Amino acid sequence: MQAITRRLAKISVIDISGDIDLASSPQLRAALLKELKDSKPSRLVLNLTGVRYIDSSGIASLIEGLKAARDAKVRYVLFGLNQTVREVMQLSKLVKVFEIVDNEEQAVAG
Amino acid sequence: MILLSVEDVDQLNRSTLLLKLSLISEPRLLCAVRAAVGEMAVISGFRDAEARSIVLAVDEALANVIRHAYKGAVDRPIQVSFSTVQVKSAEGVQDALQIQIVDHGVPVKHERLVGRALDDVKPGGLGLHFIRETMDSVTFRHVGGRNYLRLIKSPTPAKPSGTEEEES
Repeated sequence: MQAITRRLAKISVIDISGDIDLASSPQLRAALLKELKDSKPSRLVLNLTGVRYIDSSGIASLIEGLKAARDAKVRYVLFGLNQTVREVMQLSKLVKVFEIVDNEEQAVAG
Repeated sequence: MILLSVEDVDQLNRSTLLLKLSLISEPRLLCAVRAAVGEMAVISGFRDAEARSIVLAVDEALANVIRHAYKGAVDRPIQVSFSTVQVKSAEGVQDALQIQIVDHGVPVKHERLVGRALDDVKPGGLGLHFIRETMDSVTFRHVGGRNYLRLIKSPTPAKPSGTEEEES
């Protein structure tokens, strides 16, 4: 898994790619929490376009990022979910917890 | 024996071993197992969405072995075997894929591994929920110092022509 951060003014966009599983989810969690702490963005956008697979530990890492963002009053937006990621999100019954949009344009707008 | 399945299937005696994998409890190996499980599911007649759900279930089961039975140790043995079995269902006798995962770790009290609320989400907490939701039958037993997890799923019969759901 790779997580590369871009900064657009006060918006941080993290491009995530590869598989998010037991081996890599701690890395994702650390990247999310570090970005929130270090950059203090007004919005944290996660680009999941390159994510091929996610398991429950990956979902949990996304949730931990969401909770930290809420605590810091940072908007937390996801986009680029493929079929595999959407299925796992739906199975978790947590899909409505996240703000999910179709593309980056929508994620950084408003 | 702890029976986990909501709806256990009535398995007949016939079974044919298709593939057996031996690996160590190293999380970085899970991607290789997922690839094998996906191929095995497709070969066994499952459609893409069902194959993905089987991959998820096996991945979550192995993650539970690593995290709970082996408490994160990365050098312990795990065996994963794939067999075809026949099960009784409402429609009669049906072919199914059986996946058995064996480890030598501490017995895990699966009944305590339940879904978590949003405020208590931790890695692995949703895993058993995923397994139960995606497989027809999930049974666990601890015998002779080994944990045996058996997962069974039958392919969903194809719908009549013209009513097939789209898959991407």
